[in-house]
Amino acid sequence: MKLPAILHKFSSPRNFYSMSGKLIPWLAWGFGLTLLAGLYTGFFVAPPDYQQGESYRIMFVHVPAAWMSMFIYVVMATSAAIGLIWRIKTADLMASMSAPIGAAFTFIALVTGSLWGKPMWGTYWVWDARLTSELVLLFLYLGFIALQASIEDPRNAARAGAVLAIVGVVNIPIIHYSVEWWSTLHQGATVSKLDKPSIHITMLIPLLLMAISFKLYYLASVLMRGRGEVLRREQNSRWVKDIVAAETQSGGVK
Amino acid sequence: MIPSTGSAFVALIRRDLMLSYRHRNELLNPLLFFVIVVTLFPLGTSPEKELLQTMAPGVIWVAALLAAMLSLDSLFKADYEDGTLEQLLLSQHSNALLVLAKIFSHWLVTGVPIILLAPLLGLFMFLPAEGIKTLMLTLLLGTPILSLVGAIGMGLTLGLNRGGMLLSLLVLPLYIPVLIFSASAVDASLAGLEIKGQLYFLGALLALSITLAPIAAATALKISIE
Repeated sequence: MKLPAILHKFSSPRNFYSMSGKLIPWLAWGFGLTLLAGLYTGFFVAPPDYQQGESYRIMFVHVPAAWMSMFIYVVMATSAAIGLIWRIKTADLMASMSAPIGAAFTFIALVTGSLWGKPMWGTYWVWDARLTSELVLLFLYLGFIALQASIEDPRNAARAGAVLAIVGVVNIPIIHYSVEWWSTLHQGATVSKLDKPSIHITMLIPLLLMAISFKLYYLASVLMRGRGEVLRREQNSRWVKDIVAAETQSGGVK
Repeated sequence: MIPSTGSAFVALIRRDLMLSYRHRNELLNPLLFFVIVVTLFPLGTSPEKELLQTMAPGVIWVAALLAAMLSLDSLFKADYEDGTLEQLLLSQHSNALLVLAKIFSHWLVTGVPIILLAPLLGLFMFLPAEGIKTLMLTLLLGTPILSLVGAIGMGLTLGLNRGGMLLSLLVLPLYIPVLIFSASAVDASLAGLEIKGQLYFLGALLALSITLAPIAAATALKISIE
């Protein structure tokens, strides 16, 4: 199977460096603008919820963060698989750079979820199916990061991580549904699951804005991290030395 | 003459069984661990019959998970250190099948003893006969999954210096579904409920891991050996 030409172009470290350099400002501005718009509409435009009052507004951070936590895992596993199969360095790089960001979003989703749980359920933690599988997802991320950190050779670290990420992707739905099944068995009565009325448009808009904003943040930060890592890994190559020389001359890099 | 894959499969199982028989003392350790962990729970909580009975499925299964994880160490390590593993992976036979043979013989000497020990621990925790029967059934379906999934983690951490702690971080989250279905099956049988659903799930997980885990484990081993 062949990859589209554009991917091959993007996949050389040098092209990655220059293309991502052009993309990052756009992504960062997009992130800032959608974040402001999302926070403004979320806090000031969207009406209070008829059941939960004002405290539901944490949803505008919590839900997009939870989406991102799963989205990034899939992106991570996909690019790790691409790296494993077609031996593309940039794909490996994207996978390992994505992991800490994904773990951070998972952590944010857990913390905001527990803060939301306090007024709603009266306790910071319940063994609710979603919270539990989010916690397991965090463990999977941490396992991936720990595995890659303990293998010195970056090439082997990337391949081992790829196997783990693919195994994880197969397992995530299984874990998710078994946890869901378990929690309905054990606690159906104690956890009053939030009823899900179809969400009102004034609440949906800030939610979507925040979701877009988080995605742009992820893209911008993964590319920034990737650029730094590319420079570090290719530090002995000609083009990196040229960049460093040019930057030193203009006074950018000391 | 090159042996067929089938006879290589059988020969590998026989060799591994022979090796574990020669080192039979090592096989005792995970079992002792299994018994001791379960013994700690009554000491740490209380010897009350009701409490122990409610905790029994979870406690015995968690101890079985940990024992299975500890026993993974003997799965590839010796072969990795003396170079046998490299030769196996270089052979013309399907790597996944050879890995499956190793996992199977490993399960025979570590998983099966856990199943056989379970009734004793069930007695310790005041499980009634019905519960013990279900416990053994779930162990029969579940311990092979633990070996299969554990083999992937072991393959990934094989060459690493401090692989042990990392292995638990990688493998334990993947064991969660097995724990949930097994413990809830034992729970259900204590309450006199139907347990077929849980057993079917375990069977499905077993089928899935027999087909996929050896491939992933073989890939992981190849990466570790490089």
